[in-house]
Amino acid sequence: MAAPGRPMPGTDPTEVHRRKFLGYLVAAPTLAVGVQLFASSAKADAAIPTLPQPEDILDLGDAQNLAALPTSGLISVEINTDGTASFALPRAEVGQGMTTTAAMLIAEELDLPLDKVHITLADARPELMMNQLTGGSNSVRSMYTPIRTAAAIARAQLVNTAAKQWGVPASQLTTKDGVVAHKSGRSAHYGELTKAAASTTTTVAADVTLKKSADFTIVGTPQNRIDARDIVTGRKVFAMDMKVPGALPAMVRRPPTINGTVKSINNKAAVLAMPGVTDVAAITYGVGVRAQTFGQCIDALRALDVTWGPGTVDKESDATVLQKLKAATLPLAVPPLGALSVDAEFVFNFASNAALEPDNAIADVRSDSAEIWSSLKIPITAKEDIAAMLGMPLDKVKVHVVTGGGSFGRHLFHNVAAEAAEFSKKIGKPVKLMWSRTDDFRQGRTHPMSINRVRATHLLGNVLTFEQRHTSVQTDFSHGLGEVLTATAARLPVGGNLSFAETIFLLTQSVPYNFGVVTQLLNEIPLRFNTGSMRNIYSPNVVTALELVVDELAKKMGKDPVAFRRSFLRDAKLRAVLDKAVEVGQWGRALPKGVAQGIAVHSEYRGAVAVLTEVDCRPETVNRPVPTSEGVTGPRVTKATIVVDAGLPLNPKGLEAQMIGGMNDAIAIILTSSLHIKDGLPLEGSWDNYFYTRQWNTPPEVNVVIMPANSETPSGAGELAVAPVAASVACAYARAVGKMPTTFPINHGTLSFEPLPLEPSTPQSPTDGLDHTF
Amino acid sequence: MPTHTFQLNGTRVTVDVADDVRLLWVLRDILGVTGPKYGCGLNVCKACTSHINGKAFNPCSVPVSQIKDSDEITTIEGLPATVGADLHPMQEAWLEEDVAQCGFCQPGQIMAAVALVHKVRAEGRQITDEDLDGLRNICRCGTYPRIRTAIKKAAQNM
Repeated sequence: MAAPGRPMPGTDPTEVHRRKFLGYLVAAPTLAVGVQLFASSAKADAAIPTLPQPEDILDLGDAQNLAALPTSGLISVEINTDGTASFALPRAEVGQGMTTTAAMLIAEELDLPLDKVHITLADARPELMMNQLTGGSNSVRSMYTPIRTAAAIARAQLVNTAAKQWGVPASQLTTKDGVVAHKSGRSAHYGELTKAAASTTTTVAADVTLKKSADFTIVGTPQNRIDARDIVTGRKVFAMDMKVPGALPAMVRRPPTINGTVKSINNKAAVLAMPGVTDVAAITYGVGVRAQTFGQCIDALRALDVTWGPGTVDKESDATVLQKLKAATLPLAVPPLGALSVDAEFVFNFASNAALEPDNAIADVRSDSAEIWSSLKIPITAKEDIAAMLGMPLDKVKVHVVTGGGSFGRHLFHNVAAEAAEFSKKIGKPVKLMWSRTDDFRQGRTHPMSINRVRATHLLGNVLTFEQRHTSVQTDFSHGLGEVLTATAARLPVGGNLSFAETIFLLTQSVPYNFGVVTQLLNEIPLRFNTGSMRNIYSPNVVTALELVVDELAKKMGKDPVAFRRSFLRDAKLRAVLDKAVEVGQWGRALPKGVAQGIAVHSEYRGAVAVLTEVDCRPETVNRPVPTSEGVTGPRVTKATIVVDAGLPLNPKGLEAQMIGGMNDAIAIILTSSLHIKDGLPLEGSWDNYFYTRQWNTPPEVNVVIMPANSETPSGAGELAVAPVAASVACAYARAVGKMPTTFPINHGTLSFEPLPLEPSTPQSPTDGLDHTF
Repeated sequence: MPTHTFQLNGTRVTVDVADDVRLLWVLRDILGVTGPKYGCGLNVCKACTSHINGKAFNPCSVPVSQIKDSDEITTIEGLPATVGADLHPMQEAWLEEDVAQCGFCQPGQIMAAVALVHKVRAEGRQITDEDLDGLRNICRCGTYPRIRTAIKKAAQNM
């Protein structure tokens, strides 16, 4: 027997006291329901005896939500005449699965099958102000209620429309699989009702009660990505795959140091005469070339003879940056107490947030208008900046957001879109501009080098003080989040004079243990590297330092690392995930000498994670053969157990994917991947130089455990796993080799590759591909 | 301009392009076949992995002049037709495991995986963890564990 459909809300007496949400019927030919984009802010419990740190009271996501409140525009769910629903998501999709989650939320509240929901990415919409920012693992948290509200109002409007047409009370109607039905047997699918349900003149306010999470049938169940089939068949379209008339391939010859400038092009005519080449022109950070194929762009940019001006950090190398960081570290307040203190200093080297899809954008700049296509996490800022650069009014610049092949923080910036627009304007033709792989590593954004100094003191079984000083090359936040947070921060209990970066630091960092007097401070040095966030901002570094010192404290105080953590943890959720990880990951099981376990916990984005990893440091593993002469092996994480409490897990399959992805990022930054800066440029220029985790580095055994729902709201997930896995791997490595590592990644001291030439900036592609078939 | 003729996904194609242009750009920029992706152009990331006469190779590192008239090039777009189905068993396994995240590397991953299974089978063996460790294709989203599961699963159905 078919399950009964859902009755009309309002007929259940238990719903009387439930909160109602407001939305609008938008004037349109078919039903369109708009809501303001906001979410209520959650508040964490204050903890004693450690005074609540700012992150406990109001974390970054809350601040983003608050900043959004008074300025929101409307986002709309539309019902089409074929019975499907459409929604233009004002967020980026870069692999994190936000489009799938949005479709699930709409399907749930509309009682519509998942495959009848179409999600597209919204163009830049300046009226949304800062409500069109994808970052800080905030998308699900900020969109959860608004999307459901719009869908629920749409459903109610469809039901009311049917009731009116059929002359029956709405309370007698049910909805299921996109059909409104009456007990008399009469029914209509949503597409048949949408025109009549539409609001013809002005918008009308409507409110609705949302489904209880206990009644969910789609949300909370494992669902595959809605774009999975397009992906496996090669049909998914990235910006580079788009066909915009006249937008021929374009690339840039770049200077040999970061942010170097063009003094002169010395052979422009000769390069213009090369096969396929149509245009050559100097732009801000190099010389653009446009040709029939990207291969001919590479030939052309390599043939260019350019005289370069200096860059912004030409005299800097790893060692000079490290020296400046050490000099800038803020003092610790508590003096060292000999045997009663743990003192440590950790170095985290530059790392790259390059995605596998190189930065690229299509730009078609005309004399009085412009159109841009790119993967952008803050498209409004991109639109504003590009309009200003082109000298055009905002409404003459269309910015389309395209699904991206990864981001990891990179697409918070729109450098490549601005560069494409600049080049298109200069030559008066459309371009599809792509950075080469080497450009992406050498001139692209980086996670800046930082040092983390820790001092903890203890007495009679208690930790009395815990001080952490994070000193970093400045993280560039100029992408526009700044205004919003600065505005919000003025109302925060963190003081009025903090710089933006300090605000972000305080909003994202906290110590989860009862360690007496706790201070965590940030200082930055203003070196002009091209930096930015990288799947978290500070947490992977800060938490790794923190958890390594926790293990040292436990050792000094004669306690087991798990028992020590359990006794000092402030938060019940963290204790619960810790216990689960200990059980599932079999903490303390017998392992050969040279193999060890590490445990770490982390709480952020209103989620909690515990990670238990095993790292094999035996010589036969460290020196195992790999299929490429330039791949690195080193210690291997052989097993990982990740336990996550995401509050209300919306899509367990997607959540698990984010945990797995975060894990592989963490393994890379602890064991293998970094940039080596020499004389103003990273030496890394390919994926065989920048050692992101490969198949031979990933754990053969991975177990992700998702804790049952325990909240009415979901936590963030995209970045959540990186910090605790990084810390866990570092702790396991320390135990396996019997010495706490202090420089990350642990292999940074050895340059495991022959650097590609600095000039020309992009190497030529090989020609021996047919010698390597299998 | 020289012309080059070969078999692409079961169809005979002829292109007019300079000899040294790498096949990847012939496929993407001239023929509009965009399943194979550019991730490095250095035969390192393997995002463009396709098949030549049934074997995995990387068109970013092969000048079009090296492709012979009789060569059969198969990209992800042509993979299902090699088994006469809507989807190849490797693609089915990819869907079952929901392997992809951003999806950019996945066509190359799938093409490499199919070739690996064929190679191991030709050697009369089952896929081992060491075989999987040997796959060079980068996934910057870190989907490796699900890739391993999907390949083992698909190998049962190929």
